[in-house]
Amino acid sequence: MKVRTLLIGALAIALAAGPLALSALAQDKSIFIPLLVYRTGAYAPNGIPSANGFNDYFNLINERDGGINGIKIVFEECETQYDTKQGVECYERLKAKKPVLVNPFSTGITYQLIPKASVDKVVIHSAGYGMTASADGRWFPWVFNFPMTYWSQASAFVKYVGAQEGGMDKLKGKKLVHVYHNSPYGKEANPTLETLAKQFGFELTLLAVDHPGQEQKSTWLQIRRINPNWIYISGWGVMNQVAVKEAASIGFKMDHVVGNWWTGTEVDVIPAGDGAKGYKSMNFHAPGAGFKVHQDIFKHLYDKGNGAGRRDGIGEVLYNRTIINAMLDTEAIRLAMTKFGNKALTGEEVRWGMENLNITEKRLEELGMKGIMRPLRVTCENHEGNGLALVQQWDGKKWNVVSDWIEPMREIVRPKLEEAAVAEGGKLGYTKRDCSKEK
Amino acid sequence: MIYREAGQFKTTYGSDQAIFPILQDRIFVGLVLVAAALVPLVADEYWLQAILIPFLIYALAALGLNLLTGYAGQLSLGTGGFMAVGAYSAFKLTTAFPALNILVVFLLSGLIAAGVGLVFGVPSLRIKGFYLAVATLAAQFFLIWLFNKVAWFVNYAPSGTITAPPRTVLGVMVTGPQSSAGVRYFVALGFVVVFALVAKNLVRGRIGRSWMAIRDRDIAAEIIGVRPLQTKLLAFGVSSFYCGIAGAELVFLYLGSAETLAFDIGLSFLVLFMVIIGGLGSVLGSFLGAAFIMLVPIFLTNAPHTLGLNLPVALQKQMELMVFGGLIIFFLIVEPQGLARLWQITKEKLRLWPFPH
Repeated sequence: MKVRTLLIGALAIALAAGPLALSALAQDKSIFIPLLVYRTGAYAPNGIPSANGFNDYFNLINERDGGINGIKIVFEECETQYDTKQGVECYERLKAKKPVLVNPFSTGITYQLIPKASVDKVVIHSAGYGMTASADGRWFPWVFNFPMTYWSQASAFVKYVGAQEGGMDKLKGKKLVHVYHNSPYGKEANPTLETLAKQFGFELTLLAVDHPGQEQKSTWLQIRRINPNWIYISGWGVMNQVAVKEAASIGFKMDHVVGNWWTGTEVDVIPAGDGAKGYKSMNFHAPGAGFKVHQDIFKHLYDKGNGAGRRDGIGEVLYNRTIINAMLDTEAIRLAMTKFGNKALTGEEVRWGMENLNITEKRLEELGMKGIMRPLRVTCENHEGNGLALVQQWDGKKWNVVSDWIEPMREIVRPKLEEAAVAEGGKLGYTKRDCSKEK
Repeated sequence: MIYREAGQFKTTYGSDQAIFPILQDRIFVGLVLVAAALVPLVADEYWLQAILIPFLIYALAALGLNLLTGYAGQLSLGTGGFMAVGAYSAFKLTTAFPALNILVVFLLSGLIAAGVGLVFGVPSLRIKGFYLAVATLAAQFFLIWLFNKVAWFVNYAPSGTITAPPRTVLGVMVTGPQSSAGVRYFVALGFVVVFALVAKNLVRGRIGRSWMAIRDRDIAAEIIGVRPLQTKLLAFGVSSFYCGIAGAELVFLYLGSAETLAFDIGLSFLVLFMVIIGGLGSVLGSFLGAAFIMLVPIFLTNAPHTLGLNLPVALQKQMELMVFGGLIIFFLIVEPQGLARLWQITKEKLRLWPFPH
């Protein structure tokens, strides 16, 4: 009886005091970047290496260089479970610490945060995900999705298929299936694929897989009936492993199954064992731990026991992706400092840095990232940058790059994208800004 | 001593039948309302945006489900689906008629949800108990599938998300990114207060009594003249109306934009848990249950930070889930009738205090 009263009393106090428990604000001489991560739940297999990449790169900057020009990066993780409601709660909680930039790391959460960004003056960087239309910087000044968008990616995939079939004209009459996660993320590529299907005359079938994607038997039965020439997968989390396994189990030619760049990391293919051999996926950077930046991470973090993850996880596809993502963020902040001075910057100042970002081959070499990605240039109109895609293939042990850099069909994607930006921007009551007036 | 009705004489039927017949209760409720009105002055945006607004919205949804499950005894797992109906109708209505007052849009989308609820309530005449739960589960899956499948509901947005457009009421921005959290809080509060009052009066009157008669023994209720079809359907209609408004609010006042995943089966269970933990058949219980389910996880996330423990987020999340699950079981064991019953026991104890017999 006593324990009961005590517990109930404690709970009542907890309820009242709970949300007050917010830690102190970040210091003056630092830049705060919130990290929305998911280390638990159905998306954890992909969430963990991604989160580790961010941690390691920011820690590296702080350890090796003492921050960006002496200004430390302060970051804090918040668990979202890839759930939009929890993501919003995280964002609101961490907003009190005056973040300059946020990487939502979920297309669903990006959609939630886009309307808030311009009001709160926080830059959103959805690197290779998020709302494709936000690549039109005239409508979405606060949102950046460089180095590439879903639509560009899908067009690069079709181009790759064309090349494999021996010319774009050979696509006529071919059957393509898009297996996608039934969420804003998975649906992103559909309009582009539909446009290209009309233009090149291939048959496109769209097959949705519901969250979390553990059950795909019926989808793959349907695929067996359709017997397509190529399969494109837009999956995430547990769905990826299941899709690769199912593709292998129906005996489909694995080198004709191509995942998008969120459907092609080590944990996605290893569970399928030998069956996954030959499976391909898109990418916008190189896999592997053979770059100088990785040596720095070993030396400054892991050798001292300060690494965020396992030593052998370094160089995984998603790990590399998030160190690149973190690098782009820190470089934008560095650029902004050249204009505004070496101090704790505001969101507006970082936004300028993002918009004028120009990562040259020389800069990549200085960063120890030569060859891991291509030079990148962002402009006021184009928040997608000039990224190119490539195709990587799983050989049973590691990912190998099997294609040249593929130029997306910008002439098809960009007009559609601008059209969508008008619609999406209109929904939020935005107006188009004049980029020639930007400094 | 403090909480005692001695000396308060009821001289009219009206005062005897009042919602809060005891003076202390009236004072307490009055204080709560005043406090609720003053909250935006002291609370920061995180409090309003991430805690209080969703709390009010979930409380409204729990209230709706409580009318159906707690008072009329019809177990429903379709809450998420009915909330989605409200959200998507509000989106369709406000994009088709931008000039329409957004508060009217909320009410209309509640009515549309009520209509859908009526349709899915028809089987309740023949199906009872767990079987009805399965039938309403079908409603949940069907509705979510429908909104996912038919692009018309999202105005052909390629991503399939609905976004709350900016709308003003009397010149004040109520929805959209530019609206202040305080305004949205007051809108949510207004809806909850009005509809809690409506619910309280519904359940005290003829309709509520017929619901409870059906819940306690439907055959007996039928013999004394309660018509099962109309009564059950009314419960489904009213409940879906509440859930529909809550769904519209969830998108327009809280999330800003949403996909169908926001209304998946998890939401139905969440609201059902609120009702069960708060207390079946209690208006107050809906609020207490919503507070418990909403606030405890947030507290558990923040608690290690306050204590200075720097736990990894994954561990923290797992601990949160474990402790939260443990608390649910604890409360169901100590008081199966919910937090509302605990409150009632406290009140009875207070009446005797300090001279218990």
